[in-house]
Amino acid sequence: MRRRIGVLLAVAALTPAACSSSGGSSAPGSAHAGGSAAALSGSITVFAASSLTEAFTTLGQQFDKAHPGAHVGFDFDSSSTLAASIQQGQPADVFASASPTNMATVVSSGQVNRPQNFTRNQMEIATPPGNPAGIKTVADLAKPGVKVALCDAAVPCGATAEKVFQNAHVTVRATASEPDVKSTIGVVTTKEVDAGMVYVTDVRAAGKQVTGVPIPSSVNASTTYPIATVKAGAHHELAQAWVAYVLSPAGRKVLAADGFLSP
Amino acid sequence: MSRRPRGDERGGTPPLLVPPAAVGAALLVVPALALVVRAPWSRLGPIYGEYRFWDALRISIETSLEVTALSLLFGTPLAWILARAHFPGKAVLRAAVTLPLVLPPVVGGIALFYALGQHGIVGQYLGWQIPFTQFGIVLAGTFVSMPFLVVTVEGAFRSADRGLEEAAATLGASRWRVFAHVTVPSIAPSLAAGSVLCWARAIGEYGATSIFGGNIAGVTLTMPVLVARVFQVSGDPEGATALSLPLMAVAIVVLVALRDKWLRSAPSS
Repeated sequence: MRRRIGVLLAVAALTPAACSSSGGSSAPGSAHAGGSAAALSGSITVFAASSLTEAFTTLGQQFDKAHPGAHVGFDFDSSSTLAASIQQGQPADVFASASPTNMATVVSSGQVNRPQNFTRNQMEIATPPGNPAGIKTVADLAKPGVKVALCDAAVPCGATAEKVFQNAHVTVRATASEPDVKSTIGVVTTKEVDAGMVYVTDVRAAGKQVTGVPIPSSVNASTTYPIATVKAGAHHELAQAWVAYVLSPAGRKVLAADGFLSP
Repeated sequence: MSRRPRGDERGGTPPLLVPPAAVGAALLVVPALALVVRAPWSRLGPIYGEYRFWDALRISIETSLEVTALSLLFGTPLAWILARAHFPGKAVLRAAVTLPLVLPPVVGGIALFYALGQHGIVGQYLGWQIPFTQFGIVLAGTFVSMPFLVVTVEGAFRSADRGLEEAAATLGASRWRVFAHVTVPSIAPSLAAGSVLCWARAIGEYGATSIFGGNIAGVTLTMPVLVARVFQVSGDPEGATALSLPLMAVAIVVLVALRDKWLRSAPSS
């Protein structure tokens, strides 16, 4: 389900002068909060992978605070859903995908500008609080009778989980297949499954609702997150400033605090 | 079939009804027609192969028929109780029975976890796995579909001819015999109509099933959930359109056939 965070505010006219140099490809920090972009105004919608919910919400609040006339609103969903929405012409200004695959579909259709990788995420096993089924390893997920929730193989968390299973040489049969990572961790929190394969960041964000079982780096897999401005977006300056902010040290700090890795 | 008697002309359709009726029909027919027009007819075969379509269709047909059977089995007595019995709290029970009609589907799925999951208020005592199984899908379907049957049949029980029942009772028939041999046959058209509504709701059911059902291809992935996945997750609106065609065809064939065979004699239709 789509979670629309923040209501699009009335769109004020963009003031072009201040930020015209901070293109999406500029060095991190050029649109650092409170910096040269103080005159930014208007409102943009950022399509972001659902695993970015917490980090981007925090970043959005910081960005809005630094730019009183500007507002960043979010649409969090699975990267594939968001890519499909962009292809179908839904208005968006920025797309942050949880995998290069989903970004590639909108790059090849010519709908976004050149993407940049901004972070990376690894997998972790999430279990209900206290890990009642005693899951210790990835191989435990393949045992008969163990109920596992996985993301659909077409979305990044499902594809990355599949890589982990290949690395561990196991075949895991899902009990529940979910449309995005937040749904997967949602099923784990209902305690109706023994475990779910989610991102490290989701385990951290879920707090006490789940118990994480870390996956050793020898079998773990990661997915890289690219971000790009959408060509059809109405507010390019603001969109580019947001991308630059995500790439800036301030942006990386928030991402790192939520468990994201450097790209 | 039989032509209307000539004297009926005066009681015919008031002309004022025709324009809104046409708009109403257009609202319902045009989107379905658009699906047929835009469907990727030349790619149907590959699409059906790619998405394990036949498995999903089989699961949807099987589970929706099981939902209809369960709803008839449990919903018909419930409808009788609501129509004829007198007991405190009946109004509350009737409201509760229709609640699934208005409950957001996702909430329906979560409610089923809380009720029938392994930690559910009932499920914890059952000791069987209900969520993420075909039986779970049938229960989720029954939860959202049975109200259609109950509401339809309850109305029929209310308006059924009590004279016949009283005559049967006077002649010595037991209450059960009256119910089974007099009342139920007299409301057969409404039972059929309620079953069809229930089945139609069940075969299109998406929300509660997508939460509670598990969505595993070949096991618990139903047609409507598959169509949603193909659109949202695979980003393939053409594929979703192609997949929806056979479901529409099945529904139209069944509804048209039943309309002719069963629903013709339904009162007030």
